[in-house]
Amino acid sequence: MKKVYFSFVMAAALVSLSAWRFVPVASGSPADAGSSLTGEVKFSGTAPKPTRIDMSQDPLCAKAHSGPAYTEDVVVGSDNGLENVVVYVSDGLTNHNFQPPQQPATFEQKGCQYKPHVLALQAGQKLDIVNSDETTHNIHPTPNNNREWNMTQPHGTPMEQTFAREEVAVPVKCNVHPWMKGYIAVLKHPYFAVTDKTGHFEIKDLPPGTYTITAWQEKLGTQVQKITVAGGEAKTLDFTFKQ
Amino acid sequence: MRTTIKSVSFLILACMFCTLSAASQESHIGKLTGNAKRGKALYVRYCVYCHGPEGDGRGESAPYIDPKPRDFTKAIFKCRSTPSGSLPLDSDLFDTISRGVHASGMPSWKPLLKQERADLIGYIKTFSSAFQEEKPGEPVKIPSEPANSADSIKRGGELFQSMNCWSCHGKDGRGHGPSAATLTDSKGYPITPFDFTSGRQFKCGETDQDMFRDLVTGLDGTPMPSFSGAMNDEQRWDVIHYIRTFASSESHPAEKTDGAGQ
Repeated sequence: MKKVYFSFVMAAALVSLSAWRFVPVASGSPADAGSSLTGEVKFSGTAPKPTRIDMSQDPLCAKAHSGPAYTEDVVVGSDNGLENVVVYVSDGLTNHNFQPPQQPATFEQKGCQYKPHVLALQAGQKLDIVNSDETTHNIHPTPNNNREWNMTQPHGTPMEQTFAREEVAVPVKCNVHPWMKGYIAVLKHPYFAVTDKTGHFEIKDLPPGTYTITAWQEKLGTQVQKITVAGGEAKTLDFTFKQ
Repeated sequence: MRTTIKSVSFLILACMFCTLSAASQESHIGKLTGNAKRGKALYVRYCVYCHGPEGDGRGESAPYIDPKPRDFTKAIFKCRSTPSGSLPLDSDLFDTISRGVHASGMPSWKPLLKQERADLIGYIKTFSSAFQEEKPGEPVKIPSEPANSADSIKRGGELFQSMNCWSCHGKDGRGHGPSAATLTDSKGYPITPFDFTSGRQFKCGETDQDMFRDLVTGLDGTPMPSFSGAMNDEQRWDVIHYIRTFASSESHPAEKTDGAGQ
């Protein structure tokens, strides 16, 4: 009989354990024990010249630009800093339950280009999609690991979406304006950043541990490095991409 | 004793899975309940040559077919009554196989009994786990159609311009808009916008009500977007009335790619 009782206790424990797994837990450890990870992503060699975009098929797009508009697939800034690289923890987190932040992310269509060109957000986080152009766009993500949808958005119409599952990164296009291409990186945790114009990134409040850090660039591929951070440490990590 | 408890727990667990998978291996269309096991036998007989044994659209005839057979493992379907990005209702899939898809290799399967078509839907749903993990969205409500009028057609023409329908379908409705040549489906194959002058044989049905539904839901897996938040009901009817004028006009302007802002 004792054995039966034991089995029941074990079963109950298992059930409660599995139930606990699905309860969303507030993200990360307390900030005071967290570390920061900062770094620079560089482009090595001669930076490729961006291609000029011909927007003449839609005068409403063309007139939004005072000068010519250029492609943004490889954007190299001052001091060879590489913009629009998603840097994120791809392995090593012990906590796997993160609630999405309350603050929505914003993806804007402006001058018939996506601002930002590469956006990173958390799975389940609200995404405000804004059309600041006078023309009508359709916003069409083509994911592998999320549901594909395709929505028309005239000027000023609000739109809210979410992505349910991790995916780095979901290509986004506008079928009406074929030059429009952007990416939305969806992460299941908050430890990610996108490099700015100088190639700089910062990941905050990373709990102590050993991690695989991946840097993803839409054309130049991915790079991976391993790091170990102690509590409260300010760690640096750099990446260099070549054509 | 311990073994008995173990086996009982295992049985309970196994049964939970049975119920789950059994539910996903059925279809419900009106009063009909389709059974995946019976559907499989029909699939192997009628569908496998194009859609393939794995349901991935890579059957032995697939290389000779354009547009390509549907890949059921992706669970992305053009003809739905549900929002863009959502799974279709069982009745949407039933309607598609009953109707067939114009300008494609997919014939009408009306020669099969309704029960057989329902069984096929039950089996088709087993190719993607999405049917177990998600539920279809709320289907579109199609309001009654207002009378066609010159005013409605005029408003529809303005919307055809401002909604950028012409970018793909062309200002003359022939499907030669400036973006047309760049379009691909979600598998990367080139895809042509519908030529409205060719008549009314739309892929997801021919009636004004079918067009209304298509404008709300979009055709997922293609460049045709949903206009659910972009237009109101009256505007959708206006656009439909305008689109109908392409097929009824007797003479068509010479075929050419539309220029900007003409």
